[in-house]
Amino acid sequence: MDSSFKDDKPIFQQIADKIESSILDGSIQEGDRVPSTNEFAKFYQINPATAAKGINQLVDQEIVFKRRGIGMFVAEGARDIILTKRKNDFFNDYIVPLKNEAEKLGLTAKELRDLIQRED
Amino acid sequence: MKIEAINITKKYGQKEALKDLSMVIEENKIYGLLGKNGAGKTTFMQLLAGHILPTSGKVLVDGQDPFNNRNVLREMCLISESSNFKKRLKIKDVLKISSLFYPNWSQESADRLLKEFNLEKSMNTKGLSKGMESALGITIGLASRAKITIFDEPYIGLDASARYKFYDLLLEEYEENPRTFILSTHLIDEVSRLFEEVILLRDGELLLQLQAEDMREKSILVSGKSEVVEEYSKGKNVIRETSMMGRKTVMLFGEVYNLTEARELGLEAERGNIQELMVHLSEHTGGAVHV
Repeated sequence: MDSSFKDDKPIFQQIADKIESSILDGSIQEGDRVPSTNEFAKFYQINPATAAKGINQLVDQEIVFKRRGIGMFVAEGARDIILTKRKNDFFNDYIVPLKNEAEKLGLTAKELRDLIQRED
Repeated sequence: MKIEAINITKKYGQKEALKDLSMVIEENKIYGLLGKNGAGKTTFMQLLAGHILPTSGKVLVDGQDPFNNRNVLREMCLISESSNFKKRLKIKDVLKISSLFYPNWSQESADRLLKEFNLEKSMNTKGLSKGMESALGITIGLASRAKITIFDEPYIGLDASARYKFYDLLLEEYEENPRTFILSTHLIDEVSRLFEEVILLRDGELLLQLQAEDMREKSILVSGKSEVVEEYSKGKNVIRETSMMGRKTVMLFGEVYNLTEARELGLEAERGNIQELMVHLSEHTGGAVHV
């Protein structure tokens, strides 16, 4: 996992994002244990309450579930939930800034489309 | 143990170091006490720890006045910037005295911390470097397991690697033995993530007390074309404003700002970091900050 934070998002949100990314890329699988609040706190040198807030957000979205006294685990179907959510966010997170920049540069819609289709 | 400060004022001669300060510090949280030099941080910490008396108002720790109160003081450990111990003692003597004073003292923890910081029990405190002295202070503070542990700029002379070790050890102690930690610091970027709550003092007054996480969400740094930025920030609490080449950058603080909303207007938007916020809020003179 990436060990740094950015300034544009609350840290608890970034903790949730990091867990989600690890689930998406398969580093942790459904049914696997997620590190505990304290493990996150120590690893990232953050307040345990912040880490807990991030994890609880995933519990609310049923991406992670708690087993009392044992720990937190990746829920079944977690990957699909994350995929759906990320696809929804894709427009705002990526397309809007892309369009803004294109507008600043005076690129037309067609030029933008061509760029998207261009081979890397 | 819960701490309540009720309308405390502290005067040193004519100078008011604290002015009618009131706040509640809940138990088992890590607090960051921030503010410029002379804002009153050290005075406030000494009052909480019962080292000095307020000129008026009172401090209550679980309902009791800490001053000269053994019951409270044994659960209260204040580590100052320097001169925490008599200079004619050896490290082992300092530890011995602390162990007698603090009922929850953990010798095991003290031994481990000394080792982490490469300190020997047989060393004379007189010969310690600044960094070693700070490390010894940190060792005592953490090993005291006092329910309220206060560190006033505890890392003078400590290098970056020793400071990071301190943050690690602090979190470890907090996890194993939850208790209240209050830290004052100028190294805000380094430690702000450890805080659950942030207390900001300005000229002896409480400017704000907030969850560290809320602090970020209640701030935004936007830049873009002057007109658009002005339109966006109209009626909002601007704490800093700069212009360069027809582009304006403003930092807003006080309500939850939506980054996407600002971006949709074609502005560049991000959260302010706590260090910058602190600097600008401390400088900002536009009256009280409403949060």
